[in-house]
Amino acid sequence: MSEREKILEVKNLKTYFYTHKGVVKAVDSVDFDLERGEILGIVGESGGGKSVTGFSVIRLIDEPGKIVDGQIIFKGTDLMQKSESYMTTVRGKEISMVFQDPMTSLNPVYTIGRQLEEVLILHENLTREERRQRCVELLNSVGIPNAEGRLNNYPHQFSGGMRQRVIIAIALASNPDLIIADEPTTALDVTIQAQILKLMKQLSQETNSALILITHDLAVISELTDRVNVMYCGKIVETGYTQEIIRRPAHPYTQGLLSSIPNIDEEKKRLSTIPGIVPNMFELPAGCKFAERCPYAKQICWDKEPEVTSLGNRHEVYCFFPLVGEDK
Amino acid sequence: MFKFLVKRIYQMIIVLLVVSFIVFFMTSVIGNPVHTMLPERASQEQVDQVVKMLGLDKPLHVQYLIFLRNALKGDFGRSYTHFQPALKLIFSRFPATLEIVVVAMMMTIVLGISLGVYSGAYPKRRSSKFIMGWSIAGISLPSFWVGMVLIFFLSVRLGWFPVSGRGDLGSFFGIRTSLATLDGWKHIILPSITLAGINIATIIRLVRAGMLETMRQDYIKFAKAKGVNSRDVLFKHALKNILIPVVTIFGLQLGELIAFTTITETIYAWPGMGKLLIDAINNLDRPIVSAYLLFVAVLFVVINFIVDILYTLIDPRVEI
Amino acid sequence: MPVKQSKIQQFLHSEFFHNYRKSPTAIISSLMILSAILIALFGPLITPQDPYALAGLELADAFKPPAWIEGGDANFLLGTDQQGRDIMSAIVYGSRVSLYIGFVGVFFAAITGIVVGLVAGYVGGRLESIIMRIADIQLSFPSMLIALFLMTTFGRSVSNVLIALTLIGWVRYARIVRGETLTVKNKEYIEASRVIGFSNIRIIFKQVLPNVLTSVIVLSTIQVGSFILIEATLSFLGLGVPITRPTLGMLCSDGFAVLYSGLWWVSFFPGLYIVFIVFGINLFGDFLRDELNPRLK
Repeated sequence: MSEREKILEVKNLKTYFYTHKGVVKAVDSVDFDLERGEILGIVGESGGGKSVTGFSVIRLIDEPGKIVDGQIIFKGTDLMQKSESYMTTVRGKEISMVFQDPMTSLNPVYTIGRQLEEVLILHENLTREERRQRCVELLNSVGIPNAEGRLNNYPHQFSGGMRQRVIIAIALASNPDLIIADEPTTALDVTIQAQILKLMKQLSQETNSALILITHDLAVISELTDRVNVMYCGKIVETGYTQEIIRRPAHPYTQGLLSSIPNIDEEKKRLSTIPGIVPNMFELPAGCKFAERCPYAKQICWDKEPEVTSLGNRHEVYCFFPLVGEDK
Repeated sequence: MFKFLVKRIYQMIIVLLVVSFIVFFMTSVIGNPVHTMLPERASQEQVDQVVKMLGLDKPLHVQYLIFLRNALKGDFGRSYTHFQPALKLIFSRFPATLEIVVVAMMMTIVLGISLGVYSGAYPKRRSSKFIMGWSIAGISLPSFWVGMVLIFFLSVRLGWFPVSGRGDLGSFFGIRTSLATLDGWKHIILPSITLAGINIATIIRLVRAGMLETMRQDYIKFAKAKGVNSRDVLFKHALKNILIPVVTIFGLQLGELIAFTTITETIYAWPGMGKLLIDAINNLDRPIVSAYLLFVAVLFVVINFIVDILYTLIDPRVEI
Repeated sequence: MPVKQSKIQQFLHSEFFHNYRKSPTAIISSLMILSAILIALFGPLITPQDPYALAGLELADAFKPPAWIEGGDANFLLGTDQQGRDIMSAIVYGSRVSLYIGFVGVFFAAITGIVVGLVAGYVGGRLESIIMRIADIQLSFPSMLIALFLMTTFGRSVSNVLIALTLIGWVRYARIVRGETLTVKNKEYIEASRVIGFSNIRIIFKQVLPNVLTSVIVLSTIQVGSFILIEATLSFLGLGVPITRPTLGMLCSDGFAVLYSGLWWVSFFPGLYIVFIVFGINLFGDFLRDELNPRLK
């Protein structure tokens, strides 16, 4: 596969939260790339740092959090060097976000037409009529019936799934190069989830926008994404092409995640889970963060943090004892 | 919409009826009008005569019905001390009260909302903490004490403002008001500040709490993700959401202002309804007390009604 | 084996106490409240004068300004009033009644409100709607006016003031408790528990109270400050306690009569002390509210 243009290069990203109880290293030295039009998944447990990574890319980290270090090179420009007012030109236009909970992402006192239009007013130079046209187009493209009539409706007059569609429409309004979707379907009904995901994939392909899909749901990852980053306790533990990782997971955590997905064909009495619990984020262990729960951990895993091992074909793992060898 | 209006009006009437009964019942306990009208050594015959004249010999519920009927006509009897019709007297004093209430309200709105929004939007700043500290102090101040302190230091000692009373009247678009003259303003400043003080503090706290709550909402973060700059996030996205609870509180605040005019007018010898009431209470002037209470009850009921309407207009989620 | 800590030790190690120690406003405000209570309880033992024992008053001592002003007398630190009464002693004695009314008033209002709320929530139906409707309507009228009106009708006495405060104050407690009762009641029906009438009441009682405890505590701190102010205002207007049981508000009212002649201290210091007490209570109440309200954590 020929390499497409890289639109995002994240290097050594560190986002820490300074709370009363201590410092939480939500994202601790994370590196990854993204190509134009690619769909990258970020998967892991709640609190693993996935959402924070997403928010860090557009620098929307609120107190007490802070992006402490790293470079976020978007289309050749390091966003960390730029001012906040520059960022407001990037957000919504070149990088947009889809939030997790559609019930709370829209402002209840304004019509969805107005909220949709806002993006166009901010970033595009259109006449009022043109904006209106575009809004209708956008609503149509996300599958909202009677688009023109519904522009004047308020968010509470839409169902959850509909609202999420509106939010996707808002995210697409300015033809962004990158969309970051933070658990976009978690708050929705299972039946709606599939629809929304399908919609997102389709739209992303049509517009050739890259998509970062953040989720804890491996099933979603396997359906939609080209590549995936597996995160644990603020670090990427494995990354590679999705199908490859699913077929041959190299990190014990990834393996654990995969095997805890119930398989309808298998006959099993109990669901297998990863033993243990996520460590206390205020007191992370020194070596590999997963060592406590890892069935294969050896002494070195407790002492040192694993470095990256490349398994070829863009498959990388951060483990002293990867489960698979290099792909020759 | 129509159904809503009808229902509300029906409720308002019930409330007013209940209030009128309570007022009637309680005020018939206050003072004995017979003794106010007759000298102490009046004969039993004279006493009986007055009792009959005042209708005090009739059973209670009949007296109430008479009271109600008269009230609807606006007749509360003549003041025992001023010998004028009670309601008329109250109406004549109402404009003066209205003046300080209006000025106090304006101060509350301007200072309360702006300081509340500011300290809510930037809660960590020194100035915000300062504002918060003062607002807690503000709600701890007894307004009569504030009034006395202001009078003593600014009027008696420094002579900047007149010590008491209302200023000269002027005409403003045909309305006679002391706000139309400089002298009027000199007189009204201290009473309004005294009246507004606690209110401003309360509003600051409420608006600030509302701001803090609102700014944490997802839709605020989403607006930022769309590229809205922080100023517009504040004024376009957050503010309208805060107005909803603030409008509700305003109705109550207006009521509080009116209630506290009783004290403020007493301290500043301001010739308004509040002072009239306090004097009437001290003089056992029953007609004025009943007239005042019912008048003010009607005011509150109407204010609440308007607030409800405003609320439905601002918040699109509310279905009428 | 870990040693079982006593309740006091548990408290001292709790997060609440930790935050309390770290917060200067919490410490200062609680000290303010404590000192006011101590002064009220033990003040009369150390004041130079009993301002209400008429025999001890000397008219020659009248109109003395505070000790640090020319003409003042070190015996009367904060000055004297027109009858020779020592202002500081008067404040100490007055604060006793003021605080008494504040705390006792809240106590009665809370009990009444909690009981009404429990009944309303438990019984439900028509009774509940009527009670809640009364509550809503009452809240739409300013409490000051209601208090004024009640005192006018009942006449001046300490118990009447307490009754008036109870009648004003029950509403907010009732609302909170009724809400919680409803929540519990619904849970009970879903949980298909024992349907013996008596047990139900006890269950609800036991389940409702702990949950509303924090809200009731926070509300009560606000109410104490508010009641003290209301009582002071009523007394100032001559509609509160009778002359024989003077409060800080009444002292201010006495002082008002001589304010224009320049005797500012007679009303200034009692009022200042009211501010001190209420400010302390409100500060502490704010701290409590931030601590006990899990949402804001």
